[in-house]
Amino acid sequence: MPVIIDTEENTVIARLSGEIDHHTAKELRTDIDLAIDRLKPATLILDFDGVTFMDSSGIGLVMGRYKMLKPWGGSIIIENTGNQIKKVMRLAGLDRLAVIK
Amino acid sequence: MNILNEVKMSFPCKSRNEALARTAVTAFSAQLDPSVNEIGEIKTAVSEAVTNCIVHAYRGRTGNIELVMRILDNNVLYIKVRDRGCGIPDIKQAMEPLYTSAPEEERAGLGFAVMESFMDKVTVRSKEGSGTSVTMTRKILSDKADT
Ligand SMILES: Nc1ncnc2c1ncn2[C@@H]1O[C@H](COP(=O)(O)OP(=O)(O)OP(=O)(O)O)[C@@H](O)[C@H]1O
Ligand SMILES: [Mg+2]
Repeated sequence: MPVIIDTEENTVIARLSGEIDHHTAKELRTDIDLAIDRLKPATLILDFDGVTFMDSSGIGLVMGRYKMLKPWGGSIIIENTGNQIKKVMRLAGLDRLAVIK
Repeated sequence: MNILNEVKMSFPCKSRNEALARTAVTAFSAQLDPSVNEIGEIKTAVSEAVTNCIVHAYRGRTGNIELVMRILDNNVLYIKVRDRGCGIPDIKQAMEPLYTSAPEEERAGLGFAVMESFMDKVTVRSKEGSGTSVTMTRKILSDKADT
């Protein structure tokens, strides 16, 4: 189970785990988008605590969700990223699209 | 440059093999005793190169990806990822950060930027219609203090 989704009134929390690459991103995307479509949340929290690896496919995943939330001004909070993942996110300038904690 | 050790692998362009390539390079580079940081960066670079073969070079067609891993003098890890797919018409443009030919698939256009920032040297050779090879080297310093 690579993602567990929790929802609270205006927030979708996606707890990701395992390795995020091109192979796994598709499934993650489907699960997260289902919750976003249903709730149109003001905030999407992506919790990377259980993520052990991420490449640029993970960047595409975050950017894609950013675009999805944009029509209603929703925002993204990224939590619990390790060193490696933070480095890839900075390289991509994700700190301009989301709050990285 | 002396080749002190070499392993060659070939596998079909299936996306589950992205993880396999990362595992292989982790196992192979262990003999250079890299730090957690170093191995994380090398794995990411390899993942980018292999993913590009699957996503771009073969585009849903079948074909093989060749992965060559070498240990060179002075603790240098050498990696070559090669496909016989569509090739890259303009390498300079392809390597520009944020350039992607597949934005509709949520590609960020950052694969080459990741490879260049995580490896010491990245060389791309490509010919339209016959394929692409990406060669990368990284000197392993095993600076355990930076993990
Ligand atoms: N092996 C390859 N064969 C053919 N074209 C390639 C290959 N590798 C890269 N390209 C081309 O170069 C472009 C840039 O590659 P890069 O990895 O930087 O970004 P991307 O794959 O599009 O997005 P991301 O890696 O962020 O998911 C690709 O969009 C593609 O057009
Ligand atoms: Mg790529």
